[in-house]
Amino acid sequence: MPHLTHAAIDAAALAHRVQSPARGAAVSFLGLVRDHHGGRTVERLDYSAYEPMAETECARIVSEAESRWPVAIALEHRLGRLTIGDVAVAVVAAAPHRAVAFEACRFVIDEVKARVPIWKREHYSDGTVGWVDPTAAGGVVADRPDPP
Amino acid sequence: MTGPAASAAVRVLLFARYADVLGADALSLELPLPATLEQVVAAVRALPGGHRLPPHPLCAINLEQRAADTLVQPGDEVALLPPLAGG
Repeated sequence: MPHLTHAAIDAAALAHRVQSPARGAAVSFLGLVRDHHGGRTVERLDYSAYEPMAETECARIVSEAESRWPVAIALEHRLGRLTIGDVAVAVVAAAPHRAVAFEACRFVIDEVKARVPIWKREHYSDGTVGWVDPTAAGGVVADRPDPP
Repeated sequence: MTGPAASAAVRVLLFARYADVLGADALSLELPLPATLEQVVAAVRALPGGHRLPPHPLCAINLEQRAADTLVQPGDEVALLPPLAGG
């Protein structure tokens, strides 16, 4: 299954994919679009990716988790235009017992944030836009035209 | 056999803010090969708008993150990656 999607994420379908009679625990993480960032009101987001690399990296993260713990992982990240409250990313970790499911779910979302080439542009209520940049002061970079 | 001073076209992909500031999502640069990723980045930074890129951005060759001193081979797909912001 591809890990990137341009359609709405169906978290229940994702969970269903990894459930089995032997797996008594399923832990889900949903990343939702938030209405504020750095004191500004966010109206919507555009997610983009280096898609072939992002798919490869997601698959690698899932395979690392599944070889480290006895879990089955479902992972989807949405791309394109999202509005407040939309599910941007979903991880489900299903395992025989809950401790492993929690640990593996946390590992997957942390690695996705650190390793997968995905970017987001925020549109603010004042009509301006900014690129989210966790390394920048304030967490956002907004380019202005060069002075003449 | 390609000599060390031969030049070749290197395809460079740009994403997100880097594509915005360069006004393109892909470039074809004529560079003497072998060149390091750092030299490819320097060539991109010399283009109009390129000064807005950091001197040491994240880089990938053929879908794998690589260090700045990695050599670029003819036919490689180089990508300059802004700070990652998924999730």
